[in-house]
Amino acid sequence: MNASTPDLPLALIVPGLPHPLLAPDSNAHRRALRDGFEAAAARIAAVQPDVLLVYSTMWPSILGHQVITNPWPTWRHVDELFHELGTIAYRFPTDPALGTAWVEAGHARGLAMHGVDHDAFPIDTGTVVALELLDPEHRIPAVICSSNVYADRGETLVVAKAARDALAASGKRAVAIVVTTLSNRLFTDHVAPEDDRIHSPKDDEWNRKLLEMLDDGRLEDVAQLSRTIQDQLRVKKVVNFKPMWFLSALMGAHNHYDGTVHAYAPVVGTGCAVVSLSPSADGTGDREFDEEDVEVWTGNREVLDPAPEADEPAVPAAPAPPKVDRAGRVHASESAAPKPVGAYPHARRVGDFVFVSGMGPRQPGTDAIPGGPIRDAAGTPLDYDAAAQTEAVIANIRRVLEQAGASLDDVVDCQCFLVDMDRDFQAFNAVYAKHFAAIGPTRTTVAVRALPTPIAVEFKVIAHCPVGRQG
Amino acid sequence: MAQGRIVGGVIAPHPPHLVYADNPPQNEPRSEGGWEMLRWGYERLRRDLAAIEHDVLIVLSPHWQTYVGWHVLAGPHFSGKSVDPIFPHLFRYTYDLEVDTALAEAIESEARGAGLVTERMTNPDFRVDYGTIVSCHLVDPAWSRPIVSISSCRATAYYTVEVMQEQARILGEATRRAVEASGKRAVLLASNSLSHRHFTDEGELPEDMSREHITNHGQHLWDVKIVEMLRAGRTQEVVDLMPEFTRQAIAETDAGSLTWMLSALGCPDAPGELYAYGTVIGTGNAVMGWLREEGWPA
Repeated sequence: MNASTPDLPLALIVPGLPHPLLAPDSNAHRRALRDGFEAAAARIAAVQPDVLLVYSTMWPSILGHQVITNPWPTWRHVDELFHELGTIAYRFPTDPALGTAWVEAGHARGLAMHGVDHDAFPIDTGTVVALELLDPEHRIPAVICSSNVYADRGETLVVAKAARDALAASGKRAVAIVVTTLSNRLFTDHVAPEDDRIHSPKDDEWNRKLLEMLDDGRLEDVAQLSRTIQDQLRVKKVVNFKPMWFLSALMGAHNHYDGTVHAYAPVVGTGCAVVSLSPSADGTGDREFDEEDVEVWTGNREVLDPAPEADEPAVPAAPAPPKVDRAGRVHASESAAPKPVGAYPHARRVGDFVFVSGMGPRQPGTDAIPGGPIRDAAGTPLDYDAAAQTEAVIANIRRVLEQAGASLDDVVDCQCFLVDMDRDFQAFNAVYAKHFAAIGPTRTTVAVRALPTPIAVEFKVIAHCPVGRQG
Repeated sequence: MAQGRIVGGVIAPHPPHLVYADNPPQNEPRSEGGWEMLRWGYERLRRDLAAIEHDVLIVLSPHWQTYVGWHVLAGPHFSGKSVDPIFPHLFRYTYDLEVDTALAEAIESEARGAGLVTERMTNPDFRVDYGTIVSCHLVDPAWSRPIVSISSCRATAYYTVEVMQEQARILGEATRRAVEASGKRAVLLASNSLSHRHFTDEGELPEDMSREHITNHGQHLWDVKIVEMLRAGRTQEVVDLMPEFTRQAIAETDAGSLTWMLSALGCPDAPGELYAYGTVIGTGNAVMGWLREEGWPA
C-alpha cells in the first residue's frame, strides 16, 4: 500500500433508524433490513479491518466537525423519537489515536475539527445502531465523525480527505460506513408496522434510481447528484445532502466498485438501504463529474447568503460581497479575486492596516492568465506578456482591497516578485509606474525561482485604511 | 378541587452558556462567568416567581425534536447526565427530576383530543434534552417542583412555519384546559431564543465577552421589534407575525414554543416584563415574563 493511499477495502451505506435493531420482526421490511445488516457485517468480517470509520448524518454539529476520542463510549441510549422501542445499552471501543490524527489532519487542511472525549457524550442513534448491527461483538474500534449542519460540498470533501491523510499515515485498514437514509420523509402520524411503506411513489422512484447506480458501483456519480437528491427527496433539515460526498471523497472519488444492495425497505415512510461497495479494477468508469475537486477548506460557508432568485444572472455584474470573519480575515468573492492556492485568506485587516496575500494575475472565476502562462502543463517554457500579467495583478489587488473596505490609493508598501528579472523588469516597471507613481508606496522587487502557478509576476501589498473610513 | 390556573408564562431561553457561566454544582465545567445581563435577568425572574405560588413548571423545548407528533415526558422520575452535543465542553449537567405525571398525561390527552398527533414518553432510561434542563435550571436551580416537558414536533421542516404555529396554538389551548382541570398552578416556559443565527466558531475562552455580539444587524432589529411589541402587550400581533419573524430572523420560534406559551395564556394584552435581553454566540435572547397571581387568561 502506497504511504499516501489509505487501505479502504470496503464502504457501506446503512440507515440509522432503530427498528432493525430493536424491532426486526415487527414487519417483513425491518427483517429484510436486519438481514441486510448481517450480510454487510459478513463483508466486514471478510476484509478484517483494524477500524470502522463512521460518518453519521444523525450527529449534527455546528462548531466545525467533531470526532469521538473517548476510548469506550458507554450509555443506556433511548431514541428521542422512537423511545417506545426500548433502550440500547451500548459500550464499544474507539480508536482515539486515529481520531486525534483525523482532527490534526483536518487542521492542516484548514478545518475546524475537535476531538470529543467527554464521558456520557450523547452518541447518536444512527451510529449506535450501525455499530451494534455491523460489529455485534464490538471487536473492531470505531472512529466516528459528526456531520456539520452548515457544511456544504467543499468542507465535506476536505473532512473526508483529512480522514484519508490520517488513515494513510496510520497504515491501518478501515471500513468506511456512512449512516443515512435515502428519502428521509417520515410519516407524521402513527403508522402500524404492517402499513409501513415508502412515503410516496416519487420517493420510491428516486431511491430505486440511486440504488441502481450504487449497484453499478457508481458512487461518485451519486455523490455528484447530491444537490439533486437534496432537492428531490430530502426533508431539508440541513443545508445539503452530504454523506455521498463524504463517502466518495473518502474512497478516492471514482466509480470503480462492485456494488451490492443488500436490502431496501421503508421505515416509517423513509427509504432505508444497506449497500456495500468494494473497490474493483472494473466498474463503469464514466464519471459524470461536473463539480471541481477541493483540497483545502478556506472557511467560507456562505451561510448568510440568500438563495439566488431563478431569474438572476448566473454571474453578477459587480463582485459579490466578501466574507469577513471576526478575526478580520477577508475572503473575497469568487468574482473579485482568484481562488487562493492554499489555506489563507485573500487579505486580513489588523487595526488600521490591511495585509493582502501574495496576488498573481489569474482571473477570478476562470484562472485564465492574461498575457499567457510562462510554461505549459509539460513544463515547456512559453512566450508571455509580462506587462499584461502586471496589469492583471494590480487589478486583482484593487478588487481585493475594495472588498476589504480599502482602495489602491491606500497602499503603503509593495513587495514585487518576478521569475525573470532580466526579461520582465522593464515591462513590469512601466505598468507599476502607471498605477503607483502618484500613490508612492515603498517597494521591494526581487527575483524568485518559481511561483505556485505558471505566472511571472506576483505582488504582496500592505494598505493603511483607518477603520472608520472603510467602505 | 379548585380550578387550576396558569399563573405565569416565561420566555426562558436555554443557551447552555448561561449555566456554564453560573458554575452551579450540577455542571462539571468551570468558567470565569460571562453573559451577566441575561443571568442577572434570570435572577430577577426567580425573585418575582418566588412571590407567585405555583406547583409545576411546564416547558416546551426545541431540543427534544420529534417528527411523529408532540411527545410529553410522562414517566415519574428521570436522572442522568445531560451533555450538550454541540457544546460538550460547556455543559455536562447531572440532573435528577420529578415529573407531574398526572398533568403530563392530561396535557397529552387534551392535545390528542384536539386533533394533534401525540405520544407519552415513559422509558426511564430516556435522557431529558438539554433545552429542558437548562431552562428549568435557570428558573428553578434547586429543582424544587416537578416539571412537564413537551417535545417540539418539527412541522416547520415538513410543512411550513404556519402549520407549525397552528399546531402550537392548538397545543397551547389544550395545555391550558389540562392545567385548569388539574387544580394545579402552573408556570409555562417557552424555551427558546429569539433570533438564532449563531457563530460557527468559538474563541479560546468561550466566556470572552469581547467576542459577544448579535450575528447581524437585521437580527437585532427583529429582536427589538418583537420585544417592544411584547412589552406593549401586543402578544396576539406577535403570534400573527411569528411566521415572518421566524423566517426573517432565523428565529428559534420555529420550535413553536413561544406560540404555545402565548396561546396558553390567551394571548394577553398585558405587557410582558423584560428581565433581560442579550446575545449568546450571536443569537438574540430575551428573558420575559407574564406573571399573575390570579392566573391567565385575564
